[in-house]
Amino acid sequence: MAAINDKDAILEGLAEIVNEIAGIPAEEVELDKSFTDDLDVDSLSMVEVVVAAEERFEVKIPDDDVKGLRTVGDAADYILNAQLSTQS
Amino acid sequence: MSGLLNGKRILVTGVLLESSIAFHSAKLAQEQGAEVVLTGFGRLSLVERIAARLPKPAPVLELDVSNQEQLDSLAERVRQHVDGLDGVVHSIGFAPQDALGGNFLNTPWDSVATALQVSAYSLKSLTMAALPLMEQGGSVVGMDFDASVAWPQYDWMGVAKAALASTARYLARDLGPRNIRVNLVSAGPIKSMAAKSIPGFDGLTKVWDERAPLSWDLADPEPPARGVVALLSDWFPKTTGEILHVDGGVHAVGA
Repeated sequence: MAAINDKDAILEGLAEIVNEIAGIPAEEVELDKSFTDDLDVDSLSMVEVVVAAEERFEVKIPDDDVKGLRTVGDAADYILNAQLSTQS
Repeated sequence: MSGLLNGKRILVTGVLLESSIAFHSAKLAQEQGAEVVLTGFGRLSLVERIAARLPKPAPVLELDVSNQEQLDSLAERVRQHVDGLDGVVHSIGFAPQDALGGNFLNTPWDSVATALQVSAYSLKSLTMAALPLMEQGGSVVGMDFDASVAWPQYDWMGVAKAALASTARYLARDLGPRNIRVNLVSAGPIKSMAAKSIPGFDGLTKVWDERAPLSWDLADPEPPARGVVALLSDWFPKTTGEILHVDGGVHAVGA
């Protein structure tokens, strides 16, 4: 069973992923930033970010839920909730 | 283990996400005993991440079907992983945005040409690139969407699919003497990345909700993938130039 990450750890992980995939400096990846509007992550990069996040945090993020992940904070909350619900 | 594709070596193009028919074809092929090599286009790091979700590891080679150098070197690059091929899955299609979505009357030739080259001519290019690997014959399977009628929004992609079907028939004619079969699977709509790039895809899916004799699940790419694996197998030994419908039966009913 995967360890549950706290929100800071999730943010740090997401920042590394966004940096690796979209080349955006990790320090610019903040909770209130929108993936598309602020960070300029294109749709295919977003898909890869989601796939990478699924692996890193051992969660499933169905396609239909990805649309709801507008900001980095949305994604962090989603991952946190998904981790909690798989643990219980 | 007895599988439909025991000992076969299969090249699968067009894997992008787990939602793709190509991913499920590769997965089922491995489960049925095949050794699978993948090709990807553009975002190879994504294809590699998705490939890691297959039951067994599969190498990912870069292939842009409009790049002659990459086509020319394909056979050699495949040979670094397998000593030949028994099957090729063509799951490649692209149309520029102005060739889809209701702009049919105004689409410029350049956009149409791109759609035709990537989606139809590429069946010939890919097959010829893989030909040196299929010395004992083989099975080529492409992905079709019923092109016998005009659909909402599908526009020049529909024309490209008609060209794909015709290309498959001519390839079947010319490669039959080498014991290479060329067939298509005409699938119902699947909610994959390819579907997301079709504006008005929901309009197409309504047809399946209303008319499919067999209930159709947009989120399940496995039925078309099973069709692909069946055509790759030895169980269609004298079938070529054929379009196998895996569409819930929609093609057979008028309303």
